[in-house]
Amino acid sequence: MKGAKAIFYREMIIFKRRIGKIIASYSLSPLLFLIAFGWGMGKKFKVEGVDYIAFMIPGLLAMSSMNHSFDIASEINIARFYWHIFDEFMMAPISPSSIVLGEIGAGMVKGLLSSFIILLLAPLFSVSIHINFFLIICLLLNTFMFSAAGVIIAMMVKTHADQSAFNTFVIVPMSFLCGTFFSLKKLPKILYIIAHFLPLTHSSLCLRASFLNKALPLGSFVAMIGFSLLFFYGAVQAVKRSSV
Amino acid sequence: MHTIESLSLTKKYGSLVAVNALDLQVKRGQIFGFLGPNGAGKTTTVRMLTGLTRPTSGQAVINSYDMVKEPVMAKKQIGVVSQYNNVDVDLTSVENLRLHGMLHSMEKKKREERIKELLHFAHLWKRKDELVRTFSGGMKRRLMIIRALLHSPQILFMDEPTVGLDPQTRRDIWALIRQIRESGCTIFMTTHYIEEAENLCDLVGIIDQGKLITRGVPNHLTESLGPYTLEIIEKGKSSYQFFKTAEEAYQKTNAGNHQQEFDIRSTNLEDLFIHLTGRSVLE
Repeated sequence: MKGAKAIFYREMIIFKRRIGKIIASYSLSPLLFLIAFGWGMGKKFKVEGVDYIAFMIPGLLAMSSMNHSFDIASEINIARFYWHIFDEFMMAPISPSSIVLGEIGAGMVKGLLSSFIILLLAPLFSVSIHINFFLIICLLLNTFMFSAAGVIIAMMVKTHADQSAFNTFVIVPMSFLCGTFFSLKKLPKILYIIAHFLPLTHSSLCLRASFLNKALPLGSFVAMIGFSLLFFYGAVQAVKRSSV
Repeated sequence: MHTIESLSLTKKYGSLVAVNALDLQVKRGQIFGFLGPNGAGKTTTVRMLTGLTRPTSGQAVINSYDMVKEPVMAKKQIGVVSQYNNVDVDLTSVENLRLHGMLHSMEKKKREERIKELLHFAHLWKRKDELVRTFSGGMKRRLMIIRALLHSPQILFMDEPTVGLDPQTRRDIWALIRQIRESGCTIFMTTHYIEEAENLCDLVGIIDQGKLITRGVPNHLTESLGPYTLEIIEKGKSSYQFFKTAEEAYQKTNAGNHQQEFDIRSTNLEDLFIHLTGRSVLE
């Protein structure tokens, strides 16, 4: 675990050094969503019995924390292919799981910061927030899951272009099709089924239920745990495969 | 006892054989120079010996630990200076060293003392809290070297340690390497600079197209050809002959014609490489 701590230490030094820029950039996108969808249509529509903006904010939490946790992939990518810093981790006498845990820790901090920013912004749009135990657990799981996915992709791609293509063809569609901004019940049957194979769908459902103080969808909660374990295992294997 | 041993070490990328059944042994305390042109397989060999690349077949053994079967133990024995400047430019020099110490599970007090000692050793103490992105190439290289030494490894791998550096900085790095050798550390370095290999190495291995073509003590290798080289330049092309004495080489020039130019000098490893492969090491 000392290896994980070392990698987390490195990521956090850089994170602290860039904190001003990070907060500004993490705030912009949710703010635009809240203005466009919140002020634009927030109070005029009701979805599943609640104001649209209150419906949307958990989706925004799911999407934003996914994006910023997954963004660890780009950081690793640059560290591997451009600065060659990642070699220092790979040559150290530490296990692949230590490398993965260190990077996941850093990804989770980023994802959680972006969530925290949204929760701070929400009251500005007249949405009362309900932070409860399950909301925190679901955010932790969501950020863990997508940080681990980020490590897998970072270790599998061969170029920056591959990374960019993955974001364009997987992450962006998932951001919009997993019940983040509309009810999944509106989807055609086939897309509804496909959406349930995507991890962000379960994060959206769990975060929304927690945020709106409703019963947690147990199936989705179990799916989040399952995806987290699967992605962690995949990330360790991906790191193992890329060294001895 | 051999501290570094490769047994039929092979790396293939599809049909390309980057390293072909390499057998090498390096004894404790030696500086071993791995000499060869670009693309000969030097870096791939170092990557396999340091655990960055998995061999296709064969074994890399470090202080009796197999790098594939016991990677954590094998990696504890080594420090690595990569060909690339891979110090973290977003960190200060102290932070870079601290990270390395943490990755090697160094005890905090010992780590901080050693960081101070090595920053003085490399003349970087005054810049310890500055971001590495403000450092010159030579400073980054010195930082990479002391970072590799931080955890007191028994074996130091250096991949082209002076590539891209100006002549003065190169000599500074050589002085640093000699000091490291005095501490008893075994050094495995790759280079394509003949002068570097001749100046620093106790033993050299010459690799070309993935195969080790010869190995030995630099002086012994060149003297086996003949200590003096006569280079005959005719119509822009060079040919070489080797002699035991400078007089013998000089006498040979008397038999030459007016279109030929002659150069008599001590035989070096470049001459040996040309003799063995028909090409220059710099090609």
